[in-house]
Amino acid sequence: MDEGYRSALDLADDVRNGRQTAAAVLEHHLAAIELREPEIHAFNTVLVDEARAAAAAVDAAVAEGRDPGPLAGVPVALKDNMCTRGIPTTCSSKILDGWRPPYDATVVERLRAAGAVVVGKTNLDEFAMGSSTENSAFGPTRNPLDVTRVPGGSSGGSAAAVAAGFAAVGLGSDTGGSIRQPAALCGVVGVKTTYGVVSRYGLVAFASSLDQIGPFTHTVADAAAVIEAIGGHDPADSTSIPQPAPVLTATLGDGVEGLRVGRITDLPKGADPDVEERVEAAFAALVAAGATVVDVQVPAFTYGLTAYYLIAPAEASSNLARYDGVRYGLRVEAPDTNTMYMRTREAGFGDEVKRRIMLGTYALSAGYYDAYYGKALKVRRLIADDFARAYQQADVLISPASPSVAFPLGDKTDNPLAMYLCDTYTIPSNLSGDPAMSVPFGRGADGLPVGVQVLAPTLGEATMFRVAQTLEDTARG
Amino acid sequence: MRDYSGLGTGGAVASGDVSERISRGDIEHVAKLARLELDAGEIEDLTARLDAMLEHFADIDELQLDDVEPMTQPYPLVNVLRDDVVAPGLDRDEVLAAAPDAVDGRFRVPPIIGLDG
Repeated sequence: MDEGYRSALDLADDVRNGRQTAAAVLEHHLAAIELREPEIHAFNTVLVDEARAAAAAVDAAVAEGRDPGPLAGVPVALKDNMCTRGIPTTCSSKILDGWRPPYDATVVERLRAAGAVVVGKTNLDEFAMGSSTENSAFGPTRNPLDVTRVPGGSSGGSAAAVAAGFAAVGLGSDTGGSIRQPAALCGVVGVKTTYGVVSRYGLVAFASSLDQIGPFTHTVADAAAVIEAIGGHDPADSTSIPQPAPVLTATLGDGVEGLRVGRITDLPKGADPDVEERVEAAFAALVAAGATVVDVQVPAFTYGLTAYYLIAPAEASSNLARYDGVRYGLRVEAPDTNTMYMRTREAGFGDEVKRRIMLGTYALSAGYYDAYYGKALKVRRLIADDFARAYQQADVLISPASPSVAFPLGDKTDNPLAMYLCDTYTIPSNLSGDPAMSVPFGRGADGLPVGVQVLAPTLGEATMFRVAQTLEDTARG
Repeated sequence: MRDYSGLGTGGAVASGDVSERISRGDIEHVAKLARLELDAGEIEDLTARLDAMLEHFADIDELQLDDVEPMTQPYPLVNVLRDDVVAPGLDRDEVLAAAPDAVDGRFRVPPIIGLDG
């Protein structure tokens, strides 16, 4: 791909100043899709006609002297769990077969208002449940850097679309690491903001108290610009923080001089040596740039996996009760309503979704609620409190994003718990609601990219981005 | 890190006391609550897999949690109300067009009572 197009902001700058048309930018990306999409399978739907119309509208605005927006002409790939009016939104599930939402997600409206061009809806693990994009009803997505390997998940389609040059920006959703882990495995930047910074209106709910939408980009600055465009209060989401979007680009270049970077001394073991080596290199790079490393403890971190796999399925079992063959998607006909519900859900949901619905329903059922769900909510509090204490000593924390580089397709599909362990380092931030991001920082085994995770306290995005920018500057030399 | 190599491979992992924790009957009951018409193979598979998961999740039993306040949402907001102004809702025909079956401006479903005992 043309190196000049690797930054969405450079691309938008060219479009805004008439050096390049949005139409030409789009055709460049559509050509990349035509060439490699058959082997990658990043998309469930490519929106060629809609994208051409949107690009033409951007070019018309430029020609008429109107402001085309900060992301003018930027091709964007949307994870297929974000509602797009009149355009199929499947969550990679058979149960939403044929559904065309009657409204747009807030993030989609805001991206369009910023001049971005939606090129397609990307593949995911069904209902965002998975870490490899292999749990899709439409088949797996492959990692563009090595097509024998997974792109990570659940937002693997969006991560792969950006890594393959199909789009300059991807949007994903992160419930337990579903942006940060695929970003790490595909060698791109991936961000989960503080819970409530980006509206969830129109994001098909998986676990409502954990879900956050965020960007995949080639550069840290691009991610900052996307969050500035899609973030900020939305009256349509009652969990949206009543504040404007965070200001991130203005302070991106401020460096890390004097910042305290925390090393979690009781972090669960299990990351591969090549990943550990890159995390150590990240600490060294930040020290070289003027930061100080401090040791902190987050004792409850290690219980995050358990708390998450009780809370997220519990919320999912409730959220997914709406798929009953009445209002949208699949219906398997039966002589009475209850049998229709049961047959529709049996036919429409895949194995992993059924596992999580069953686990969640069990954890919430009479006699087990206190032992499982109630206890998990208390562990969630411990994790949030531990992080808050750590952030009294450190401005940000650094850890691996994923325990390993991209793994081969089929490696973990028969072992759900091994798959769940992919999220060991990302889950705690979803439980606490704090921001975290993965930044590509060199390569590990087999020359595959390693992502370093930067974690920050509630609404600490600006500092997190300064650290990420410093890592990116170091990695690019 | 614990050894997970034996997990998720079906009944082979369930030791005696673990298999007492979740039974086939539990799975059948929960499937009914979840409105899933599971087949026999799925029930067997889920019994073993959920067993294995719950065994792993027992790690939180070692924590002293009596005085800990449960955390239900990460960024507490209370009494969130929208402005009291009339705004357009979704278009009825557009919504119904996405339904598996609709008639006379309503969703149509099979009989609800009288057939299911």
